[in-house]
Amino acid sequence: MRIKADTERCIGAGMCALTAPKVFDQSEEDGTVLLLAGEPSPEDEAAVRRAVQVCPSGALSIS
Amino acid sequence: MTNALPQPVTLPLSRENRVDPPQDLRRWREEGPLRPMLYADGHVGWLVTGYSAVRSVLADSRFSTRLELLHPPISQRLQQAKKRPGFFLREDPPEHTRFRKLLTGQFTVRRMKQLEPRIQKITEDRLDAMERGGPPADLVRDFALPIPSLVICELLGVPYADHDRFQRDSSTLLNLDTTPEQAQEAIEGLATYLYGLVVRKRSEPDDALISGLVSTGELDDTEITGVAMLLLIAGHETTANMLALGTYTLLQNPEQLAALREDPSLTESTVEELLRYLTIVHLGPVRTALEDVEVEGYMVKAGESVTLSLQAANRDPERFEDPDTLDIRRQAMGHLSFGHGIHQCLGQQLARIEMRIGYPALLRRFPGLRLAIPAEDVAMRSNMAIYGVHRLPVAW
Ligand code: HEM
Ligand code: SF4
Repeated sequence: MRIKADTERCIGAGMCALTAPKVFDQSEEDGTVLLLAGEPSPEDEAAVRRAVQVCPSGALSIS
Repeated sequence: MTNALPQPVTLPLSRENRVDPPQDLRRWREEGPLRPMLYADGHVGWLVTGYSAVRSVLADSRFSTRLELLHPPISQRLQQAKKRPGFFLREDPPEHTRFRKLLTGQFTVRRMKQLEPRIQKITEDRLDAMERGGPPADLVRDFALPIPSLVICELLGVPYADHDRFQRDSSTLLNLDTTPEQAQEAIEGLATYLYGLVVRKRSEPDDALISGLVSTGELDDTEITGVAMLLLIAGHETTANMLALGTYTLLQNPEQLAALREDPSLTESTVEELLRYLTIVHLGPVRTALEDVEVEGYMVKAGESVTLSLQAANRDPERFEDPDTLDIRRQAMGHLSFGHGIHQCLGQQLARIEMRIGYPALLRRFPGLRLAIPAEDVAMRSNMAIYGVHRLPVAW
């Protein structure tokens, strides 16, 4: 699984960091998404899928 | 749409059995996700009740949230309200983006986690005071309202000693029976107070949020006043009502309450489920179409307003199994109680932490917590923009 995060779209709501804290963080500066792992470990994949689903701005995608 | 549309309805706010959405909303959602709605100024727009339709409108940039474009869903007041610089909830990009980007760094999951010890201390202090003074106690006055008020004051750098003043003004603003003149007076009162504060922060800076905004040099004093007003209003009435109404709801569901007491690891899912189940933002949000947009087969024309019923959406059986049952073990994340799209609640991670600390601390302190009056006598806030209880007398 590869994750793409679009910081231009991101509104810093933090749903990703809340849902999959091993994979997402937020920048100290403007709160936008930071990828801790571009390729999550298999046990985090379900959480990543949930994060993509709940992200309010559509900033996250997986392939 | 090929089918004839039903007659326009007006938005119901009164919940017949207290916590569940108005019966009409459920019936209408079963008939279709959108239907024509009559607004207070005579405009015929839309009411959206289906989960997927509400979510898609909130995520769609062809719908605007600008105050001057919105028709008032229930009272004329909204339309007469003046536009305020910095009140970015009512701005579209790029204006909205300018403010939101300045603030999101202050509200990250991590930042909010750092506030945990302080929120814990504030919560325990309130519980101590309750214990000293009672029983009985009014959970709203003694617990639910002071905690988020103290927290947001500290975060912003607003002296809590002034809380009587801004609490009165903000509750006037959220009261749907308030006349336009009263609302104007409350808004001016709040604005004057906060403007004075912003000016003072220029000469006497501290390390709280308002000073932080002043020091970026990106906003002028009226804009910072608008931001502070939005945060102050949104930051205390909302969480306060969740804490009180959530406690009421748990007390009415003793098996769920017992399960939570027994297993504190259920706290996070309980908070999400209470947010979903109670959906305290029961008026709007409202948006207006900037161009013709088809929403699930319905044609919303440019200039028409849509009211997104979060409470109907959060009880949509297409999205949540057995939606009218409170189940603190369910995966309720994905609920729309904080909205969706670019305006999704900025303060949600703070609200979550306040609730994740507040409910368990209250239950731990008072193992025999119960209502001190019959449940039927608890007065509900149907006349307020944020739903909840006016008072919650409890004993232990
Ligand atoms: C349980 C508590 C809360 C609930 C249910 C709630 C709900 C909401 C909802 C539904 C919206 C979206 C409105 C729309 O789309 O038109 C929103 C926006 C907002 N909320 Fe909250 N809120 C809560 C707590 C807070 C707190 C504690 C703060 C501040 C610290 C806050 C600050 C804001 C702000 C600034 C916005 C506007 C965001 C924007 O336009 O980008 N809220 N809230
Ligand atoms: S959930 Fe989406 S909008 Fe929120 S911080 Fe993560 S990427 Fe950004």
